[in-house]
Amino acid sequence: MSVLTVPSKAAPPPMNALRVASVVKENHDTFTLTLDADGEESAGRFAPGQFSMLYVYGVGELPISISGDPHETGRLVYTVRSVGKATNALVNRQAGESIGVRGPFGTTWPLEAARGKDVLIVAGGIGLAPLRPVIHHILRHRDDYVRLMVLYGARSPKDLLYRKQLTEWGRLPDTQVLTTVDYGGVNWRGYVGVVTTLFRYVRMHPGRTIAMICGPEIMMRYVIRELDKRGLPDSDVYLSMERNMKCAVGFCGHCQLGPYFVCKDGPIFPYTQMRPWLEKHEL
Amino acid sequence: METKTLTDVLRDHPFLEGLKPNHIQKIAELAMEVQFSRDHLVFREGDESSLFYLLLSGKVALEISAPGKIVRIQTLGAGDEMGWSSLLGGDGKTFQARALESVRAVAFDAARLRQTFDQDTAFGYQFMQRLIKVVARRLQAARLQLLDVYAPGGAKMA
Repeated sequence: MSVLTVPSKAAPPPMNALRVASVVKENHDTFTLTLDADGEESAGRFAPGQFSMLYVYGVGELPISISGDPHETGRLVYTVRSVGKATNALVNRQAGESIGVRGPFGTTWPLEAARGKDVLIVAGGIGLAPLRPVIHHILRHRDDYVRLMVLYGARSPKDLLYRKQLTEWGRLPDTQVLTTVDYGGVNWRGYVGVVTTLFRYVRMHPGRTIAMICGPEIMMRYVIRELDKRGLPDSDVYLSMERNMKCAVGFCGHCQLGPYFVCKDGPIFPYTQMRPWLEKHEL
Repeated sequence: METKTLTDVLRDHPFLEGLKPNHIQKIAELAMEVQFSRDHLVFREGDESSLFYLLLSGKVALEISAPGKIVRIQTLGAGDEMGWSSLLGGDGKTFQARALESVRAVAFDAARLRQTFDQDTAFGYQFMQRLIKVVARRLQAARLQLLDVYAPGGAKMA
């Protein structure tokens, strides 16, 4: 198995100016931005779950999860939902323009702990983006993992990400991909209902399954309850936490959650570590 | 190829899992195998349908009519139950159900089921316990759906 090289945490990586290779529209408000990292070898390396700080000159800097294939080091791929001034500026960059990139930062999904086991991915909305590198990695190292199950929920069919890839992944052996939407029109032939309703259609083996979850915190809480009902040990559950990250190196304190800084100690946490903080009011 | 009897099929259905063999036998005596083709309306809003279904394969959408449109509110699939309100008797259907693909199911006359439960209350209790779990699960899912958690800015809550 090829090993993913994670850059050292010893010193904050410098900012690189990377050229925009393409901006592709995923749906009505979400875009996938590809940056050319050729010639910037360290800038192109990341492990699934990590994020970068992307700086649009003169507008602002944003933490964005890397959503591409970790084994394609010549480029960095980000999926961005355009919801404000900075994200809007980011997705409106033209090919050839430069963006400031710091990182990659943060902890990674537990790919080593998942070796030899089933992997259950539960994603909601834009939460599929930080999990896509895990899927790419597993598909490149298929013999290292047993079954791959992807449960994905979105608001409506027009909000779904990576529709073509989801269909392709679902056709692969030992891979189950189920997609559901909260609101479906009459032309939608897939599932309608929240993502937790999909658990009825997957067979899980507690003790032999690692679950990785990313989505709104409320969704993650209910997903964890479903996993608990099905006997999955808390120690086999991992979450990606989203907080207001600013500096990415644990100095500013904006993303503090209990004793942790999400940017430095996360964004991927074992559920056992997050459990006391996830249901705490006003945190 | 091994052919499953209706009793085997019912024993393996998640809704009836763990029921005693004599209860499975009783319910098998009331069961009818049914099939629906894609786009078939299994029942309409307001129908006095008295059937309760256990789905074996395929997908069914529950829909509600709103002015000028049909809203799809939930999808059911293999291993799910459909038409639970018929077990309460009385009112007509509150949703319409449409087969999204070819569907295979087992149907039960709800009035006959209720009579059976009246005669064997221990069995009735077991069955209704399962049913209340289905209702609770759907109520919780509907509440989560109302939160609209994927909306920009997070869940819409007061």
